Amino acid sequence: MASAVFFLDLKGKPLLSRNYRGDIPMSAVEKFPILLMEAEEESWAVPPCFSHEGINYLYITHKNLYLLALTKNNSNASQILLFLHQVVKVLTEYFKELEEESIRDNFVIIYELLDELMDFGFPQTTDTKILKEYITQQFHILDLGPRKPSLPPAAVTNAVSWRSEGLKYRKNEAFLDVVESINLLISHTGQVLRSEVLGSVQMKCFLSGMPELRLGLNDKVLFDHQSNTGAPIRSAGGTTGKSIEMEDVKFHQCVRLSRFENDRTISFIPPDGEFELMSYRLNTTVKPLIWVDCKVNTYSDTRIEIIVKARAQFKKKSTANNVEIRIPVPEDADSPKFESTAGKVKWEPENSCIVWTLKQLGGGRDFSVRAELGLPAVKDLEAEMSRAKRPIKVKFNIPYYTTSGIQVRYLKITEPKLQYPSFPWVRYITNSGEDYTIRMS
Amino acid sequence: MSMSQQIERRIRKAFQTPKKGETFELRNGLVSQYARERKDAIQRTIQAMTVGKDVSALFPDILKNIATPDIEQKKLVYLYLMNYAKSHPELCILAVNTFVQDASDPNPLVRALAIRTMGCIRVDKMVDYMEIPLRLTLKDENPYVRKTAAICVTKLFDLNPQLCIEEGFLESLQTLIEDSNPMVVANAVSALAEIQDRAPEIKCFVVDPHILSKLLVALNECTEWGRIAILTSLSDYKASDIKDAEHICERVVPQLQHANPSVVLAAIKAVIAHVEIQNSEAKANLLRKLGPPLVTLVSSAPEVQYVALRNIRIILQKYPQILNRELRVFFCKYNDPPYLKMEKLEIMVRIANEKNIDQLLSELKEYSMEVDLDFVRRAIRAIGQCAIKIESAVEKCVNVLMDLIYNKVNYVLQEVVIVMKDVLRKYKTFESCLPVLCQNIDELDESEARAALVWIVGEYADKIDNSGEILQGFVSIFNEEATQVQLQLITAVVKLYIKKPEAGQNMIQGVLQTGTKSDNADVRDRGYIYWRLLSSDTVIAKDIVLAEKPPIVSTIEDLPKSLLNELIGELSTLASVYHRPAATFMGHGKFGADAVQKRAIEEQKQLANEDEVGAGVNAENLLDVDFSVDSPTVDSPASNPVTASKGGSALDELNDLFAPVQIPKITGNASSNQDIMNMFKNTAPTSSVSHNLSSTKDAFAELNFDNSFSSHANSGVPSKSSKTNEDLLGLF
Repeated sequence: MASAVFFLDLKGKPLLSRNYRGDIPMSAVEKFPILLMEAEEESWAVPPCFSHEGINYLYITHKNLYLLALTKNNSNASQILLFLHQVVKVLTEYFKELEEESIRDNFVIIYELLDELMDFGFPQTTDTKILKEYITQQFHILDLGPRKPSLPPAAVTNAVSWRSEGLKYRKNEAFLDVVESINLLISHTGQVLRSEVLGSVQMKCFLSGMPELRLGLNDKVLFDHQSNTGAPIRSAGGTTGKSIEMEDVKFHQCVRLSRFENDRTISFIPPDGEFELMSYRLNTTVKPLIWVDCKVNTYSDTRIEIIVKARAQFKKKSTANNVEIRIPVPEDADSPKFESTAGKVKWEPENSCIVWTLKQLGGGRDFSVRAELGLPAVKDLEAEMSRAKRPIKVKFNIPYYTTSGIQVRYLKITEPKLQYPSFPWVRYITNSGEDYTIRMS
Repeated sequence: MSMSQQIERRIRKAFQTPKKGETFELRNGLVSQYARERKDAIQRTIQAMTVGKDVSALFPDILKNIATPDIEQKKLVYLYLMNYAKSHPELCILAVNTFVQDASDPNPLVRALAIRTMGCIRVDKMVDYMEIPLRLTLKDENPYVRKTAAICVTKLFDLNPQLCIEEGFLESLQTLIEDSNPMVVANAVSALAEIQDRAPEIKCFVVDPHILSKLLVALNECTEWGRIAILTSLSDYKASDIKDAEHICERVVPQLQHANPSVVLAAIKAVIAHVEIQNSEAKANLLRKLGPPLVTLVSSAPEVQYVALRNIRIILQKYPQILNRELRVFFCKYNDPPYLKMEKLEIMVRIANEKNIDQLLSELKEYSMEVDLDFVRRAIRAIGQCAIKIESAVEKCVNVLMDLIYNKVNYVLQEVVIVMKDVLRKYKTFESCLPVLCQNIDELDESEARAALVWIVGEYADKIDNSGEILQGFVSIFNEEATQVQLQLITAVVKLYIKKPEAGQNMIQGVLQTGTKSDNADVRDRGYIYWRLLSSDTVIAKDIVLAEKPPIVSTIEDLPKSLLNELIGELSTLASVYHRPAATFMGHGKFGADAVQKRAIEEQKQLANEDEVGAGVNAENLLDVDFSVDSPTVDSPASNPVTASKGGSALDELNDLFAPVQIPKITGNASSNQDIMNMFKNTAPTSSVSHNLSSTKDAFAELNFDNSFSSHANSGVPSKSSKTNEDLLGLF
């Protein structure tokens, strides 16, 4: 449990704080920037938690802020750090952006939220949708006379803590997005070192009352009963025709986990609006959907030639949109010249890279770019080193396509009391994850 | 800015007569006849408080605004009260009435707010008034109020355990475990677990089969945070038999699929706690189920991931097979924060085996060509660790290491030499590497690398043609070398002398002579030992010096068995992140839990003192409360820091034994304390002020020593510190 939570600016100056337990001196925060600096001097790898004079400092960074929790006990570290992330999430959902400025502007409501999010160091309600029902933004709008006091929504403490009762929509709709993000690491020789598909089923619900939902996935994705014994969930088929190992499915707290464990049924009462219903991970080696090959030639140390080829390795009927390939170049390079068979190329000297963008890349097509940059006469060894180590990064998205072959068969919606007709919609998309990279030689 | 300067500035500020300026304006606003202006002034006061301005002088005026139907205004006033209650303990009593009233307000939000805030006003006098509202709210019809009251019991226990026990609040809390509402159950569990942790002797939270079934039911229904609390108490529960353990695991396993990584980690902990008792088949089954969730933890937020990785290391030592197939997951991403990269390397060498070594080696080779120095060195060390761990892969590892040498990067070279020392110690078949290693002696400037090379030359003296020459080079600058190099050098020369007497002859005398004259006792001792050994019997000397060394099994650092067993039960806590038993960082004596709390109280007290000075100026505002306390003003201020430092120094040695805690600063604090005290001496002669002063102090004194109840946690140490307490008490 956290004793106190602080918002600090980049210099470590407290912007706002909440003392939950009163069992540590609040002045301990003054030591934080000093300790952090000392740790940085001592080691390259400063961990997100450390202990000093009996006080433990746990922190995360967000934009230009530190969020810091202090505790003097042997507390649950993952819970505290996760709670700090949750605070960021809630406040971001309240103010759009969480940074120094928005903290100064909204201190009243932040205090109010902090009071509700945690009590005496125990995290309480961290669901923004529910919080918004009784901690409202219109605080600064002052009106004369007493306002109607708000009541705590029953949902705060209900077993269904993520949905309020009595919601009404004229048209009852539910949207499902199946999003698969690909993380890939390719060596400079073209070998796939690591590949990972992170799948996520995102939902947007606009449904009245307390609907019961049941999600059915295609037969190919067999949530094998074997997984009871810990074996990976196998799905036959998929676009590649090979069987795909689906590992470790995770569900939103609304899904009845014990029901899933027993008969593999995904049943739940959804929260209102947008949320992530489930996520999963595939751990098979996937063929890189977009293949990038890069050759660098240095001519007598005065200019550098980079030839990049990109190939779409998926079926012709699909198309990748907004393809962006970032190729690192030496920091001290100048006067770039480009030739490309498609798309736009530009030089970003501030990031020391060239960016090649293709609005669309059809399946099976390939394009290339030839770039030439000048190098200064004086050779900077260090700049050369750092260029060599930065990887090529690729971004893209491919609509109507999933790597795993997962398909939604049905989404049954029943509201026992209201019995309205409802409309489920499903979309599929595959995109590059945060880490789709190709190492340079 | 030094502490004392800061304090001085604050005090100066308090002395200014607030006839104009912000405080004056705020006060006017707070007593305005218009509700809107009052609310606005409250907001601005809170804002000033947020940016660190001291607005405690407005306490009485804020207090006047407490009785309001506007719940948002009420929240702000309560927030202010919580912050400054310590500096105006006697004024807090004036708020009691409102609190008690609010605790039976028709609006459950207000009831909950009142009971929540009351518990946070950590003033002793408040405790007496908490009883009735707390009793009421614990039985409230609204679950939101009940769940808040449940936590308030912990707050009360923290302030006054005796009262809490005598009034039967713990029993009320226990009945809440059977509450119909899962959130109430979760908070009751959290509250009880904490009290149990602080005072195990009262046994307020003993999970029996009945409570167990309640917990298992609530587990499926409550929020993510509640689940963590319940899962944690499940892992502390000792299963009575195999069936019991099986049942718990059955109910816990579905939680591995929860989206919240902290819930997953808590579930893993609970499963591990109940896995040992089960038969081997069930155990293997359960452990296999832990693999995928552990892997998924590696894709959570970096800080959470760090906790997970540190925990995975513990789990891996206990169950080495658990992540056998998952090497790739731990490959470092380019953007990973450094602390994750280092941790991932640690895990990769631990799951390295004959099957995945090729993959790992090509990855490690990639890392060793990166730019971050620490990371590169760690990666090279990892290659060495693999070479020692996996005998069949040693040749590949050595090839990679030798390739790295050709890059001629200084720090790479040094690290390779250090790593090769271990390799050459375990495997005798890499003599071909020796010339390459010896070629680059001039490049080595770190003592660890130099020591490693000297060891290699000594050990392979007969295989290296110019071993005598090399060592001669080191010997000639013997006194400039670091101790570890000197130690190795003595040994190496002795080995050379025994293996190649003709080469070592002219050096041995000199080295032993210089060594035995060294200022360093270790170097001296080693010199003497060899000297005597060589002068007694050369055959025996040879047997001893060239004895077969026990082979190195692993250079991967393991946790000691006892620590491992402790940490496996501490998963996801700070102890499991630090890889240290909780007792070492919870602090002792000066930095112990109680002492830290005392410091917190001291800090408030200090604030109170400053305020009193300010309050003296606007004493007419202080309402007509009669503080008829007879005790005189604080008499010998200087002795306060003296006693404190006495108690501290006695414990310093203890502290040094444990965690690497630094002890400075405190002296600075003490002296600044003294400064304040001196200032009081000079500036607070009026009787009214001194009365106030002593009454506040009394309030603190009471509070202070109720805490000694919980001092059981640190054995031995508290007796000393509580003695200091008594000394202090005597002063008042």
